[in-house]
Amino acid sequence: MTGRRSGRPLVPAYLSTGGVARPSRNSLERLSVLTGAGGPPPAGLPSAQAALLGLLDGGSLTVMESAALLRLPVSAVRVLAAALIDQGLVSARPPVPPAALPDRDLLKRVADGLRALKL
Amino acid sequence: MASAPSSSDRMHSPGVPPSATTSAPVAPEEVNHLPDSARELVKILVTGPFGVGKTTLIDSVSEIRPLHTEEHLTEVSARVDDLAGVRDKSTTTVAIDFGRVSLGDSVVLYLFGTPGQERFRPLWDDIAYGALGALVLVDTRRIDASFDVLGLVEESGLPYAVALNTFPDAKQYTEEQLRRSLDLEPDTPLVTCDARDTNSSVDSLLSLVQHLIDRMAPEAQ
Ligand SMILES: Nc1nc2c(ncn2[C@@H]2O[C@H](COP(=O)(O)OP(=O)(O)OP(=O)(O)O)[C@@H](O)[C@H]2O)c(=O)[nH]1
Ligand SMILES: [Mg+2]
Repeated sequence: MTGRRSGRPLVPAYLSTGGVARPSRNSLERLSVLTGAGGPPPAGLPSAQAALLGLLDGGSLTVMESAALLRLPVSAVRVLAAALIDQGLVSARPPVPPAALPDRDLLKRVADGLRALKL
Repeated sequence: MASAPSSSDRMHSPGVPPSATTSAPVAPEEVNHLPDSARELVKILVTGPFGVGKTTLIDSVSEIRPLHTEEHLTEVSARVDDLAGVRDKSTTTVAIDFGRVSLGDSVVLYLFGTPGQERFRPLWDDIAYGALGALVLVDTRRIDASFDVLGLVEESGLPYAVALNTFPDAKQYTEEQLRRSLDLEPDTPLVTCDARDTNSSVDSLLSLVQHLIDRMAPEAQ
């Protein structure tokens, strides 16, 4: 059995909590939550925007799920979502409230939730 | 001379048309909206070399039918393409599959199946952004196939646990041998797993999450 090369890179300080504590970017993250504002879509909405808005009819989805369901690249959904947000047709929120991280309590709830999945 | 990436890399192209222009209608029954109570969406990467069981593990835990996105390998494709002689760089994509499971009232966990080869580096940071940590799957029949992914995970600074998938014809190693070969820190969890089994997959994820909790403790001193 061959061994792996040794020598360990320095961990960037901003990632030392696993990345969760980094300040949010202006752009939408993969797990940013998109919610439709409700109401009928305006006439003349470009079809790709209309497709995303339709997906968010009656509920919320992440950017990642929207991309998978629309079979579009994540980068394209970021652009579509930004356009819908600008028009007030969709709202977005970050995956986790920024103040809540890094959070031992959240990790404990993740662990408890996983234990509850076991049959 | 090879004219396409080798099959062991499981590149989902060339041959697969870029899907950027298709906007296939989605049947409403396919859409699983988030629970209204969802407030904290967290992510764990499930990573490892080709064929190690990433998709299997995600399927065994996810409460939605697992989905995938097609991701373009941009910068790296140029380098790989030069080596492989592939001309059409724009069609080099890789599938990132993911699953979702609700954990209690407000927490929703996403599992991202992330290929671990060195060539995925440009995509890696975007996918790893905000992740709690990574579960690295290792096939003990080909341990060296996991060296790339361990390098990627360590350089990104993500905390991780290692799960050895139990394939029937695998050689038996001692934990000490495996830790030395994989160059693991003493506190890095090393567990065995059958990715086809929900309880076993959940236990592997729990070993990672417990590690995340434990490593926060010293900072609180
Ligand atoms: N015995 C055994 N077989 C497994 C296990 N996990 C996965 N397999 C099998 O290994 C094969 C590959 O599993 P996948 O889940 O597709 O692997 P993957 O990592 O998603 O592969 P790629 O996405 O192609 O890189 C499948 O036939 C699985 O049924 C395991 O824990 N034990
Ligand atoms: Mg897979």
